[in-house]
Formats: sequence, C-alpha cells, structure tokens
Amino acid sequence: MSQAPQYNFAYLDEQTKRMVRRAILKAVALPGYQVPFASREMPLPYGWGTGGIQVTASILTPEDTLKVIDQGSDDTTNAVSIRRFFERTARVATTTRTSQASVIQTRHRIPEHPLTKDQILVFQVPMPEPLRFMEPRETETRAMHALEEYGVMHVKLYEDIARHGAIATSYNYPALVGGRYVMSPSPIPKFDNPKLHMSPALQLFGAGREKRIYALPPHTRVKSLDFEDHPFSVQHWDQACALCGARDTFLDEIVLDDAGRRMFVCSDSDYCGERRDNNAKAKNGPREAA
Amino acid sequence: MNFEPLLRVKDLTKFYGERPAVDRASLELWPGEVLGVVGESGSGKTTLLNMLAGRISPSQGRVLYRDEENWLDVHACPEAVRRRLARTQWGMVWQNPADGLRMNVSAGANIGERLMALGQRHYGSIRQAALSWLAKVEIPAERLDDPPLRFSGGMRQRLQIARNLVTGPRLVFMDEPTGGLDVSVQAKLLDLIRSLVTGLKLSVVMVTHDLAVARLLAQRLLVMKAGQVVESGLTDRVLDDPQHPYTQLLASSILQA
Amino acid sequence: MQAQTQPMIAVHGLAKRFVLHVQGGAVIEALSGVDLAVAPGECVAVSGPSGSGKSSLLRTLYGNYQPNAGQVLIRHQGRMVDMAAAEPREVLEVRRHTLGYVSQFLRVIPRVSAQNVVAEPLVELGWDPDQARERARLMLKRLNIPERLWSLAPATFSGGEQQRVNIARGFAAEKPVMLLDEPTASLDSANRTVVVGLIREAKAQGRAVVGIFHDEDARDAAADRIFTLEGQ
Repeated sequence: MSQAPQYNFAYLDEQTKRMVRRAILKAVALPGYQVPFASREMPLPYGWGTGGIQVTASILTPEDTLKVIDQGSDDTTNAVSIRRFFERTARVATTTRTSQASVIQTRHRIPEHPLTKDQILVFQVPMPEPLRFMEPRETETRAMHALEEYGVMHVKLYEDIARHGAIATSYNYPALVGGRYVMSPSPIPKFDNPKLHMSPALQLFGAGREKRIYALPPHTRVKSLDFEDHPFSVQHWDQACALCGARDTFLDEIVLDDAGRRMFVCSDSDYCGERRDNNAKAKNGPREAA
Repeated sequence: MNFEPLLRVKDLTKFYGERPAVDRASLELWPGEVLGVVGESGSGKTTLLNMLAGRISPSQGRVLYRDEENWLDVHACPEAVRRRLARTQWGMVWQNPADGLRMNVSAGANIGERLMALGQRHYGSIRQAALSWLAKVEIPAERLDDPPLRFSGGMRQRLQIARNLVTGPRLVFMDEPTGGLDVSVQAKLLDLIRSLVTGLKLSVVMVTHDLAVARLLAQRLLVMKAGQVVESGLTDRVLDDPQHPYTQLLASSILQA
Repeated sequence: MQAQTQPMIAVHGLAKRFVLHVQGGAVIEALSGVDLAVAPGECVAVSGPSGSGKSSLLRTLYGNYQPNAGQVLIRHQGRMVDMAAAEPREVLEVRRHTLGYVSQFLRVIPRVSAQNVVAEPLVELGWDPDQARERARLMLKRLNIPERLWSLAPATFSGGEQQRVNIARGFAAEKPVMLLDEPTASLDSANRTVVVGLIREAKAQGRAVVGIFHDEDARDAAADRIFTLEGQ
C-alpha cells in the first residue's frame, strides 16, 4: 500500500512561510505598495490562484476556519479545489458561511456580509500593476509609483469618458490607497470597491505569477479614482435577486433557456442562502425552517 | 534685459568608450532666447541636447538650470526633481512625434495628461484646455477625440508641441522639429513655433541640420563638428560671416531653391 | 560729449577681412582703416567701385559682419555701443530699438502676410498688434502696395513689390539709425520719390541715414555728403 504524501502544515515549508510573512509585513507597513516576493512552484498552474494560496498558506494556523470563494460562489471548481487543498494539507476547518470564517480566500468578489476585525480577506490577483496597461516597462512603473506619477491613470479615465460618455471600467477599478499608492484591487467589480475603504478586516493581495504581495491594513482609506464632474459610482440593477429578494447585492445574470429568459441572482451564494433562511424563518415564525 | 541666464553649461563632455561624442561644450541660454545647434549627423548635437535636458548624464561638466532664484545642477539633483521639471517647466519636442505622444490615446488626453499629472481633476476643464490648445496649433476641434495614429505627420508634430506647452514651460528642447515633414507642412509648423516662442516668451534650444530653419527661428547659433562647438554667435553673423572653415563649408553648402 | 553733438554713428579704424577656407585660405581685405562719423539728421551716401566694401560696411554697422579691428559705435539710448564688441543679446537689443536695416532683398518668410511682415518690428518693440498692423498698412499704402496684397504673403509678389514691403518694414518703426542697401533699385520713379521722401523725413526727425545708392538722382536728392571707399 503506497503511503500518502506527507505535507508540511499548509503545504509550504516554514522558511518559505517566513519569507512570505516578511513580505506581508512590509506590505502592511506600506499600504498599497507592491512588495516583490519569491513566489514558489505550487501544484497548480499560474492563473489559478497561486499567489492567494501562498498568502493563505503562510497565515493559516490550525485554529483557523477557512472559506474559499470564486466569483462569490463556494462551489465552483476553483473554490472547491482550493478548499480541498487546504483541508488536506492543513487540516483546518472549512466553511461556506462568511460570518464563521477567520480567513477567506477570494477570486473576483468581496463577500456581501460585512467583515470584522477578526477576519482576513485574501485576494487572488492576476495583474497587480495598475499602470501596466499604459506602461509596459517594469523599471518605468516602479519609478512612477516611487515618484507618484499617476497622471496616466486619469488619462485612461478621461479616454473612457471621451469615448463612452462615462468611465467604462467596471471591474479592477484603480484606487488610491492612503493618499499615496494607486493599486489594482484585483478583478473585483467596482461595486465592491467601497468595501475596501475603512474595512475592519485585514485585506491581503497575492499575485503568484507576477510575484507581488500588497495589503490594506484595517481602517485604511481607499478612494476609487474619478473626476470631480464624473464621480465614482457603483453598478445598480433594476431587478432584485430572484431567490432572496435582495436589492443591494451584486447580481449575476443567468440565462434560463434558448428563448432568452433570464433571472438575476446574488453572486454571493452564502449571503443569498443566509437571506433565504432568514426569509423562511420570518415567514414561518420562530420555528425551525423545514 | 534679464540679468541672469536660464541655463549655464561649462565644459560638458560625453564619452562613449574612447570617443568623445561631445567635447567640452560650453554655453549660456537666456530667457526668451532661441538657441540653434547646427551641425551634421554625428556632430554630437543631439547628445548635447539630451544632456541639457537631463536625459543622458555627462562624463564631465555640469548643466545648471535657474529654477526661480536657485541654480539647480540638473544631473546632481534627485531624479524626482528632474522628472518634475521635465513635466512642468520644460518641454521636449522630438523629431518623430510618435516618440513624444501616446499614439493610441486621444488628442485631448495627450494634451490633458500633464494637467492631470499635476492634479487637475475636472474633466470638463481639462477638455476645454485641450480644445483651446488645439485651436492654437491649428488642429481642427473635431479631432479632439481622435488618436494621433490617425493624424498626418505635420498634425502629429503640432499636437506634440501642444502637449508640451500646456503647462506653460519656460524652456523647450527641440530635436529637428521639422525633420521629415513636407516643405509646405514645415512652413506651417515654423510659423507656429515662431509665434508661440514670441507669444509665450519661451526659451528654446533647437537642434537642426537645416540652416534655413535655424536662420528663421534662432537668435544665436552653436555650430558643432565632431563633438566640439567650433563657432557660436548671432545667427545671421554666423551664417553670413562664418569664421571657422567648417561653418564656411556648411553655409556654402545650402542649395538654393 | 554733449548729447546734441554726439554722432549717431562713429566708426574708428575699421578693418574687415574675409578668409575663405573653402578657397584654400584666400584672403579678401574688404575694409581697411575706415573712419566715419554720421551726425543726427545727416544722410551719408557710401560710394566706391564695385567690390570696394560698401555692403560690407553697412553689414558691419548692423552687426551682421564681425570686424577684425576697430570700433563701430552706434548711439543707442544715449550711450555709444560698440557693435564690434557687443554680446549677441546687446546687438539684438540695439537692432530692435535703434538700428534699422533695409537689405537689397526681402527675406521671405512663408505664410506671413505683407502687413504682418511690416508690423513685426513694431510688435517686437511691444506695440499692440492691431496698432502695429494699422501703422503697417499706412506704410504699405505709402509705398503704393495695393490693398489686395496686404493680407497675402510676399512670396508671390514681384521683385519691386517685395522690395517695397522691405522698405515699409525698415521704416515702420522710425528707428534713430537707418542703413539702406540700394533702396531704390528695382523701383519706378514714383516709388523712388517716396523713398527719398522717407529719407528726408528721417533727417528732419534728427535720425541718421547711411545708404548705398546706385541711382545718382536719388543719391543727390537724399544725401548730404558722399563717403567714398577706395577699392582694395
């Protein structure tokens, strides 16, 4: 009978975790600043969350409860795989309930349920450099961040307004952190940007392929870039969630059939489920939901 | 008359290996003056210009720039200071406008970028400023949202000038601004540069190999050969009464149309 | 010296030589030991055989040629400035305020209209551009340039028309010292009379004029004396 492979706690060796933690400490000390780190070979390819996984692996303790979401859902392939990865290598408790998690790793969404000071949110980041679209040279973007040369970010916004009448960026919307560094908040919808600002939770960002870690310590000012006469605004839907009736969450649009019928559903499956439970309780009185 | 020069350069030298591309060039530039630097390819004039603009560091010598009341050693100051100067008080107009423009971004954004970099945050005002500059450089207003990719060479060059002048710089460096343009397009551009220089009281250091352009635009000339300044003085004096053999050769080589 | 008796132009021991390196170092002595004084209100005609240095003298006075020896003093705002020793900025300053030069040929600048060509020296002096153009039009009218040409660039004008634009430009700002190189060449008799009239007005205003005239009638009508350069 073959032996199951033995892993160090959360897969990474202790020295690697130390290295990542040092990077995290630097990142926390300089909110929004991208700290280079020696990203390790992980058992999944680039583009699948290796950065987020390395950050999570370095901060997990055996007492933590981990939640993993992808586009707001706990049961997409990606989220399931990563959750199982940590179940196997760290043997930590896992959950789908936002309110019960101490560490939440996410791709492309911030949970709707407000976070607390006892929680850490880890973002998977494909491209950490907000200036990359305008400036391909790494040497130049580093100088631009160092010298606060961010004019080019507003050039992009100006172009959007000139072309489309409004700022067209709807996700990965750049934001100014603590009045100093401009950061890319990862491809979360701009709807979620306000949640970054003054959050009581610690927010960590890991980019594995690009080898960068950055952070928003709790209660950090985060301002999404805009113009005085074209202020930042979030998406709105005319519809409510078809399942729980929420009017203030980010909704996914689901096409139901070839006739083009569609319905709108909360992207955050846990939040939606919680609301449905509450709706059922309210409807059925204080008895347990059936 | 102003009593202090804007730029003071002493024995500026640049070695590439053993060869001096610029050999002990000294000059002063006064406010409101256009200084032409003429010479053939390989004379070192572009290297000299790049050292003056802080883009290449010299092997020897200093470039001093008068910033308000203080003299700034352009190459000894922090890069942040140099970059700030380049964005606010200086302009750089390249021979190939594509080198000085964002080709994929609209004309309006190209002009407005410096304003946005300085912290202007009102889209409407930025757009308005860009429109007024388009008018000054005779680019039709309806091209405001077009990217320079779709502009002719002459129009790109005029856009490059507008982009540089929007922050009201005191000193503009130009590298063959009319090079590669058709004669009639050149005339339009020269006319524009002339009126902007006098209207805005700009100081300009202009590298050109075209003596007719130099005569039209520059008050003083530096003549360069093989890295050295072989002659300098009032433009019409240098061109009509050249002293150095090389200057005489240059002046006599102009084809008459 | 009293301001009233100070000359407008004082040239002492002027020498100008050309070394033509392109011709193997051939030397041309254009001017040698030239002394000249021109008083306010005086018009001096420079004469001499062809190649005697008449144009060179004018150009040296203007600062266009660099002398090898001697002084070229111009009275500029009350003091005597040596054009031979002055810095380029000073030469430009003297030209802007004090020294007018009408060359033999108009240097054509593309796209600039005749009235703007004539107005330019005034704008340089700080005149309001509209008033400068107003005066420019007066001058063009006086030189009999038809109104339809005023807003056109002189590149397409005839030689005579271009020269008259040149003269209008030279005289527009009423500068204290005027240097005229063949001002009546390529002009008909009516316009020659206009030019003589301009010179006489200048003299009456106490300004100094130095001119090269091939037309003897014009010379006799305008000049107070003749200064002859010997051929070298």
